[in-house]
Amino acid sequence: MPLLEVRHLVKHYSRGGGLFAPPPSVVRAVDDVSFQIAEGDMFGLVGESGSGKSTTGRCILRLVDPDSGEVLFRGENVLEFSRSRMQLARRDMQIVFQDPYSSLNPRMRAGDIVEEPLIIHRLGSPAERAARVRKLFELVGLEVAHLERYPREFSGGQRQRIGIARALALNPALIVADEPVSALDVSIQAQVIELLLDLRARLRLTYLFIAHDLRLVENICNRVAVMYLGKIVEMGDAEKLFRSPTHPYTQALLSAVPRLDPDAPRTRIEFDASSFRRETPMREIGASHWAAV
Amino acid sequence: MKPLLDVQHLTVTFEPPGSTLTAVDDLSLTIESGETLGLVGESGSGKSVTALAILRLLQPPAKITAGQVSFEGRDLLQVSESEMRAVRGGRISLIFQEPMTALNPTMRVGDQIAEALTSHGIEKDEARQRVGELLEAVRITDAVKRARDYPHQLSGGMRQRVMIAIALACRPPLVIADEPTTALDVTIQAQVLEMLRELKQRFNLALLLITHDFGVIAEMADRVAVMQGGRLVEHGPVRQILREPSHAYTQRLLRAVPGMSRR
Repeated sequence: MPLLEVRHLVKHYSRGGGLFAPPPSVVRAVDDVSFQIAEGDMFGLVGESGSGKSTTGRCILRLVDPDSGEVLFRGENVLEFSRSRMQLARRDMQIVFQDPYSSLNPRMRAGDIVEEPLIIHRLGSPAERAARVRKLFELVGLEVAHLERYPREFSGGQRQRIGIARALALNPALIVADEPVSALDVSIQAQVIELLLDLRARLRLTYLFIAHDLRLVENICNRVAVMYLGKIVEMGDAEKLFRSPTHPYTQALLSAVPRLDPDAPRTRIEFDASSFRRETPMREIGASHWAAV
Repeated sequence: MKPLLDVQHLTVTFEPPGSTLTAVDDLSLTIESGETLGLVGESGSGKSVTALAILRLLQPPAKITAGQVSFEGRDLLQVSESEMRAVRGGRISLIFQEPMTALNPTMRVGDQIAEALTSHGIEKDEARQRVGELLEAVRITDAVKRARDYPHQLSGGMRQRVMIAIALACRPPLVIADEPTTALDVTIQAQVLEMLRELKQRFNLALLLITHDFGVIAEMADRVAVMQGGRLVEHGPVRQILREPSHAYTQRLLRAVPGMSRR
């Protein structure tokens, strides 16, 4: 059984229709999305802005309520969970946000931010919690001496480590990492990525890694799904997908990534958006490789 | 032949009361006409401050404390403010990362492009005519209609094209582009970079391209200068910097680029 299975997930938004707005229209943010993540996977969900990748991640954790579909975590549909059952399920599924500046409460000390999930879930005595927070600080490479500091006293990379420690506090099995390094400088990015990979091995974590940076995803993910306008257009083993992209959008996307070799031939493929058919179903085009073609 | 732009020993300090911080430290660089120099560094390395210093757009407490900026036979740090205004946009233009904040939200984009021309002494009627040509040069189709749009009606990529049209309005020999594609999606970035390459050829532009992305550098730059903590730590031809970086910081930066080791 996969750790996480998303089936026919749908989230539409209607926009417009206000007093001065144009007539209402429907944005198909997530439009019949299905995929599976196996235990231990580093699953990359990639796409450009507006592709629906973040909304998909949020629907899985029910931070956004989807219109329809199923989100099976260890075989159980979390969308049908009661409030209290969902709270319990959140111990197993946590999120790391993109922006370590706005996702941490500026008035709370770093140690309290990491401890808060333990308090909310009523886990451990104060002494046990304090010990756990120290351990988490060490785990993510923060100095225990900085427990009392406020977020603003940390650098961007350190703040993201606080966010990661907080996500790990409840010992989750799945981490939804929504652009976790996009706001960071490249050398800091590399350090945070190294931490995420290290934690994956040490804590046997599974990641849904949401990103727009294809070079990064190619480097760290073992499986990848490419989203375009709310649809997954191609999915498969990372190596296969990056070696032989099949959907015209995937081909265009990969050809747009700047090559790091000034002498590499530039063969950019343009994607003709008018050729996109939402109805085209995914089909298996090779072993562990699907595309909507 | 003398370089188009010759920056020597540029030093910029921030002097808030009671402390001094050196943001740009004894920086020297040159750009030949028609050439693209990539200026790379992480946040706080001083690359944007360098660009603002060249155009004398720094605000207090930032202060240029030493150096020369030779451009077209004069030191820009010595000329009068009114002469400097003619240089900005006329001879050296600046393209920012965020076109939404750089454009005026209450003005039609066509008027903003025309303003770039009229503020440098071109007659209104002629300016209006040139707007269409400029929009076509940055490959905005349906130029007449688009010129009447406000910035919020355009996509991010379109806005950046308008910014580029404004920058090119007076046919300056030098354009400074500060992270021009960082806010854009990768497919839009590819289009904008391709267009910049083409316009460079067509107008024989020199480009000072500020970026943190070595991919953009590899695609665009002839030469590269690497900054760290306000200092230039390494500079040279793009192939040399990407393939055999000699400074430890450049090596570290390149190793941090995902996929660098594999490609």
